[in-house]
Amino acid sequence: MNPSASNKPTSRRQFLADSARGVCGAGALGVGLGILAGQARSHAPEALRPPGALPEESFLGSCVRCGLCVRDCPFDTLKLATLTDPVANGTPFFTARDVPCEMCDDIPCVAACPTGALDHGLDNIDDARMGLAVLIDRETCLNVLGLRCDVCYRVCPLLDEAITLELERNTRTGHHALFIPTVHSDACTGCGKCEQACVLDVAAIKVLPRPLAKGELGHHYRLGWEEKAANNGESLIPEQLKLPVRRPGGEQ
Amino acid sequence: MLSVGSDARRIKGFWRSQRWLLLRRLSQLGVLVLFLAGPLAGVWLIKGNLSSSLLLETIPLSDPFIALQVLASGHQPETNLLIGIAVVALFYLLLGGRVFCSWVCPINPVTDLAAWCSRKLGIRRRVAISRHTRFWILALCVVMPLLLGMVVWELVNPVSQFHRGLIFSMGSGWLLVLALFLFDLFVLPRGWCGHLCPQGACYSLLGHQSLLRVRASGRERCYDCLDCYAVCPEPQVIKPALKGAGGDLITSSQCTNCGRCIDICSVDVFAYGTRPATSMEKQP
Repeated sequence: MNPSASNKPTSRRQFLADSARGVCGAGALGVGLGILAGQARSHAPEALRPPGALPEESFLGSCVRCGLCVRDCPFDTLKLATLTDPVANGTPFFTARDVPCEMCDDIPCVAACPTGALDHGLDNIDDARMGLAVLIDRETCLNVLGLRCDVCYRVCPLLDEAITLELERNTRTGHHALFIPTVHSDACTGCGKCEQACVLDVAAIKVLPRPLAKGELGHHYRLGWEEKAANNGESLIPEQLKLPVRRPGGEQ
Repeated sequence: MLSVGSDARRIKGFWRSQRWLLLRRLSQLGVLVLFLAGPLAGVWLIKGNLSSSLLLETIPLSDPFIALQVLASGHQPETNLLIGIAVVALFYLLLGGRVFCSWVCPINPVTDLAAWCSRKLGIRRRVAISRHTRFWILALCVVMPLLLGMVVWELVNPVSQFHRGLIFSMGSGWLLVLALFLFDLFVLPRGWCGHLCPQGACYSLLGHQSLLRVRASGRERCYDCLDCYAVCPEPQVIKPALKGAGGDLITSSQCTNCGRCIDICSVDVFAYGTRPATSMEKQP
């Protein structure tokens, strides 16, 4: 730091060697950290982020792991990840099957976040998208078996919006109905009440991170009936389409 | 051979030969107690942890090093974080950045214990790593978020994760702290805090021109017992002030202002002082 303090000023060769050593050492450490970072990005499906959390990639760049959201959660839903938890060290998460989100109206966790990793633009908890409930096992779900459990449907904070019971014919008995719990992604917040309440030993309905649970149509797709509705009920192409008639033997 | 500090103990007595050490432990403990009073006793003076916190439900405090990583990852933070950085940065700008290391950081007692053990056990080690390594690691901690768009060092940072563990839940975080202790004890003396820790490096840059400094104001009394070098976590900072041709102010920002040299010197060479050095005292 102070060349005159030492009798031997560092020679250029020494300086270059020291710098090379520093760069290489830090670089090697960087490779290790890079691998860790890659693993941290693969979000474990059982760990859900608090309401308003930015998409996982941005969340990992904006959360300072201060735990203020954890402190302001009145139901002790949120936890900070430790070294061996399935999400990035120190970041907040909750496990729906243990303690689901109670969807407070004033969203205290979001208000507490100093960085905006939990988006302060979220002012209605019904707009939160922490994950998406999926009836993941139709072989064990009691309703699909033809019984009337209905627990997931009943506990849903958005009753008859996020989960509805869709009627199907019970082909086993021939004269009963199946009441199939059906999740609607435009309403489900991913709070996890359904997963927590599922009466099975292992829940048949589970909340998954949205990117894992949702499919996405090809962007060139047009659904004919929607196009038609948008076009005042008129078809976009002429109703009568002349198609060539092909017969065996090549005769027309 | 007399042990390190026995002169000071004999001449200055128990209190004056450990005053700053005891006050420092009190400060470290006090910070923990403040943070733990909330979760354990329901007294919420301060909420959060050292990474970011809220004092008395109003004043945000944020660690500049961790916030720097967030900024480098390209995130536009809320104003609270920026105010928090400003408050904390101003504090350390005046008192010396590495005051964090010696008076606040929860890892410090661990590495101090390792240094004490190795001194008592006379463990000799041959590994040599430049003390500038921490600045390279600091550069890495800023460059990786720039490239990857995510905070990388906080996945492993033992400093923040130890404090977070004590306040929230430790899980297997003990392993990392144990590893640091063993590294300092058997591999490299003062290895973590004095050579590798990028958080300390960041704070040292922050306190480069700090007001509060240690001064070797009684250096003509020095009789070369070398006790200060033995206890100092950054012994390279002492020599220019103690034996150099210039002033008696320890100007290196690597000095943690821990005051251990003040305690250990039986003839009171060192004392806390302030910058600016007078023109006479300026080191060339």
